Amino acid sequence: MTGRRRATLASRIPWTLIVFLAAATVPWIGSRYDTFLASQIVIDALFAVSLNLLLGTTGLVSFGHVAYFGVGAYVCGILMKTYEVPFVLAFPAAGLGAALFALVSGYFCVRLQKLYFAMLTLAFSQIVWAIAYKWNDMTGGDQGLPEIPYPDLDWMSAIPGFGDLRIGDRFYLLTLVLVALSIAALHMITRSPFGRMLTTIRDNPERAAFIGLNVRAYQLAAFVVAGTFAGLAGALYGLFSRGVFADYVFWAKSAEVIIMTILGGMDFFWGPPVGALALVWLNQQITAYTEYWPFLLGIILLLLLFLFPGGIVGGIVAGFRLARRRILRRDA
Amino acid sequence: MAPSFLFNQFMGGLTTAMFLFLIASGLSLVFGVMRVINFAHGSFYMIGAYLAWQVVQWLHPAAGAFWPAALFAALGVALLGGLVERLFFRHLYGREELYQLLFTYALVLILGDAAKFLWGTGQLSVSTPPVLAGSVEIFGTAQPLYNLFIMAVGPAIAFAGWLVLNHTGVGRMVRAASFDREMLGALGANVGAIYTGMFVFSSFLAGLSGALVTPIQSIVPGMDVLIIVQGFIVVVIGGMGSFWGTFWGSVIYGQVLSFGILIFPGFSLFSVFALMAVILIIRPWGLFGRPI
Repeated sequence: MTGRRRATLASRIPWTLIVFLAAATVPWIGSRYDTFLASQIVIDALFAVSLNLLLGTTGLVSFGHVAYFGVGAYVCGILMKTYEVPFVLAFPAAGLGAALFALVSGYFCVRLQKLYFAMLTLAFSQIVWAIAYKWNDMTGGDQGLPEIPYPDLDWMSAIPGFGDLRIGDRFYLLTLVLVALSIAALHMITRSPFGRMLTTIRDNPERAAFIGLNVRAYQLAAFVVAGTFAGLAGALYGLFSRGVFADYVFWAKSAEVIIMTILGGMDFFWGPPVGALALVWLNQQITAYTEYWPFLLGIILLLLLFLFPGGIVGGIVAGFRLARRRILRRDA
Repeated sequence: MAPSFLFNQFMGGLTTAMFLFLIASGLSLVFGVMRVINFAHGSFYMIGAYLAWQVVQWLHPAAGAFWPAALFAALGVALLGGLVERLFFRHLYGREELYQLLFTYALVLILGDAAKFLWGTGQLSVSTPPVLAGSVEIFGTAQPLYNLFIMAVGPAIAFAGWLVLNHTGVGRMVRAASFDREMLGALGANVGAIYTGMFVFSSFLAGLSGALVTPIQSIVPGMDVLIIVQGFIVVVIGGMGSFWGTFWGSVIYGQVLSFGILIFPGFSLFSVFALMAVILIIRPWGLFGRPI
């Protein structure tokens, strides 16, 4: 019975806290480039987790999730650069803007079935792209919005040990805390009765409707929550990359975040962050050798679809179950 | 605005429309029969363009190199489509839509880079075949002969497709497969072969349109992802799976784009995507499709 004892021990370790603390040490133990990569991973993780509320939890295939990411990035960027609004206001405003757009577009999207739903989300994201690309006065058009100022992080100097951190490191720590809080909120939402209802709807929409659930209202609520957090991720990304450009909203980016989610494993809450970590790391490793990263990404995607549909976390979980069954059998 | 200017604008829109129709008809067919949104259709189109360029290079001295090149490109892409369907795609029919979408997207990534690897990242171009090089004057405007040729090819293919689908045994099978795949299989028809045939024919159309576009557009990496979204718009407007729907969808798209520039300069991109969203909201099955 050692297998079971090990499992309970493993589940008692506060893994999320350990990962968070390990991630927080990056500015002190890593190079500037490590902080850069870590920022990207953390932001992508939030984006992918927000998508997975639709994809994995609710079973809605959105091909336009980047629209909400983009709305958040533009709202925060425009407020901070053009109107000099402080970050404490611009950041929630980005979430609010994305939420409003998700409410309006989602209202129409959830009325459609499967492929039509995917097409309408794609259409809305391309509308955002077309506006971003052409509305020169507000979004900078094809030039984008470069040189968005960093938020004021001088107050961090007061914290012991933070005095000699670069602004990029400080912004990374701020990002890490905000993303951790957002992911915690999404975790609570997924585990709440509301989240369970979403999964019921995914598994059997007809039965969910029979027991009196307003399926569309639940789907719309999930859509708005997912859009809000995508908007927050977008706001952080715009600040991290010091600019917001129309390319961020092009439809191919939606495919990228879906790949990230599937790579980690969309059946698991922690799958998408693992996918974000794996994809950013792989990208960094591979682009050092070859410019044909999309080709390899395509091959990875094929392997996932045909051989490992559960993704990385799915594969690990299946491996552990197999190992445990072996141990139990040996003990018996 | 002078009538000749408006006529020119109209003809420009119509040329765009007929090109898009060639591309979108294959997309619509695969959607209608197989219920698959094929992102790789744009990549097949791009490969068709590159293959046509390649064959023109090989046959360089011959003046009539364009026509065999176009045929070869279309057949080559059809073969590619057949291989993709037989080797990979058929294993995904029972799976969720997400996996099918992602498979076609994986092809976009792989074919896009393969084209860069084989043909480089520069712009390539093919000259207009000599027979169609000139232009004719209509209502005081000069219309290139090649554009008029495309305007004739589009409706011809639409008509042929409609004839085959509605008045032949093969067409009946295809329509039956789009209604109820299992029932057709139970009646003894080889549904797998019909699907392969559909995919091959759709790829053929993609390759052909890629080859035919080369005299008026340069061949560049990225033409695949740009065209596929336009194809989606057309298919959505007309109705996924409807041949004439796709035809009229292309005409509407071309005219909205062409006259949208006059009415809201700079916002024609927005207007076509907005049109796509509005159609999906009020009639998801498109203007000419049937509800599923």
